[in-house]
Amino acid sequence: MNQEGQPSPSSSDLQLFYARIIDGGAKLGFVLLLVTFVIYVTGLLAPYVSLEEVPRYWSGPVAHYLKATRLNPGWTWVDKLKYGDFLNYFPIALMAGVIILGYLGLLWRFLRQGETIPSLIVVLQLLVLALAASGFLRAGGY
Amino acid sequence: MRVENFFKPLFALGLLAIWHGWGDSVPEGLAAVSHLRPETPSRAEPYPWWIWALVLFGFSFVVGILSLLGGMGGGTLFVSVVGSFLFFHLDFVRGASLLVALTGALSAGPGLLRYGMGNLRLSLPAGLMTSTGAIIGALLGLRVPTAVVQVALGLTILGVVILLLKAKRTDYPEVQKADELSRVLGIAGVYLDRALGREVPWQIHRTSLGLVMFGVIGFMAGLFGIGAGWANVLVLNLVMGVPLKVAVGTSKLIVCLTNTAAAWVYLHSGALLLILAVPSVLGMMLGSWAGVGILLRLAPIRLKVVVIALLLFAGARSLLKGLGVWS
Repeated sequence: MNQEGQPSPSSSDLQLFYARIIDGGAKLGFVLLLVTFVIYVTGLLAPYVSLEEVPRYWSGPVAHYLKATRLNPGWTWVDKLKYGDFLNYFPIALMAGVIILGYLGLLWRFLRQGETIPSLIVVLQLLVLALAASGFLRAGGY
Repeated sequence: MRVENFFKPLFALGLLAIWHGWGDSVPEGLAAVSHLRPETPSRAEPYPWWIWALVLFGFSFVVGILSLLGGMGGGTLFVSVVGSFLFFHLDFVRGASLLVALTGALSAGPGLLRYGMGNLRLSLPAGLMTSTGAIIGALLGLRVPTAVVQVALGLTILGVVILLLKAKRTDYPEVQKADELSRVLGIAGVYLDRALGREVPWQIHRTSLGLVMFGVIGFMAGLFGIGAGWANVLVLNLVMGVPLKVAVGTSKLIVCLTNTAAAWVYLHSGALLLILAVPSVLGMMLGSWAGVGILLRLAPIRLKVVVIALLLFAGARSLLKGLGVWS
């Protein structure tokens, strides 16, 4: 039996490779989220929607919030990263993107090993995630 | 410090929030845009934002403990409790919940992979199905009236209670012969079982049926903003014959894919309020860590009863809230 703290022999090299990517991205995203949230709540960067104003929207549907704050759904948040609240979207997008990064790594490894079927599944998965991340699919707007 | 004393201030905070959360009124500031959707459940807030951030943190902390002790992911418990008992709109609760479930799965996934408790090849086709279903569910969930989602959520939670009571999960399911699809996909493995002190080989069957079921699970996850790890485990273990420990680990990998897809849809749809999401993520993570310590002191059977009772109450509340009987 292997020692505590050591990877199991049943963990393949591929699994460890994927685990390293997710682990690094998730930790970086989490730390950045904490930093940007502190920046937001302390007012170091002025928010687009003030903290005092947020409670007016949180018990109504998302359509109300978007309309009342004149926000457009989709990737328009990137233009607003200079605001304290939207700055937090960056680490959130990082965490939501780390799996895509991991799958790109997997694709490279599968192709290098000549594994056709897993490569095909990974490509399909990347297409699905890219579609979700593209901003074309959204709801709750005006 | 006794466990009971530890919970007292959190329960007091929760009771205050629940008492305050019941009942709706429309604030003057939103009157001008109230024609957009039939439901206009916004309200004037007598307390500043940070009080509610603390309440959410406390709520999520307790939910984090209970979800760990109850052996399920945090998303389902979070949505059912926060969505049913607090006044935040379900759109934002689901957005926050997805982030909670995603960060939880991203935190746990790498460790489980390192110790061979999750199987990457098994998660590939399953994750493809759940993420596709999650996108459809998320798009639908943000379009249909909230009351419909609330009723469906209530029914689903009550279904989970029945599953938790009835389902007999098997540590080492017997799979006589691997099916053709699983062989083509190269899904089989060996994991180190520390309890047994040896490596356990495993293979799967009924792969096609399992994959279809994963599509449905993904749809539910996107619709309700949950991870649905409990459902993944049931399908992997009971339908496909994956050993329980591998099923639990692989479920986290699948949740990463499901919630990544759904989270992008919610993010791009604007259904993410940071004041709800970030304290919830922090509360859940700290609650999960604290839960490990508490787990050692309390009897598991009592904890399961607490979680089931809470789910039963939250499910009934969600159903009645959606039907307009108890709003």
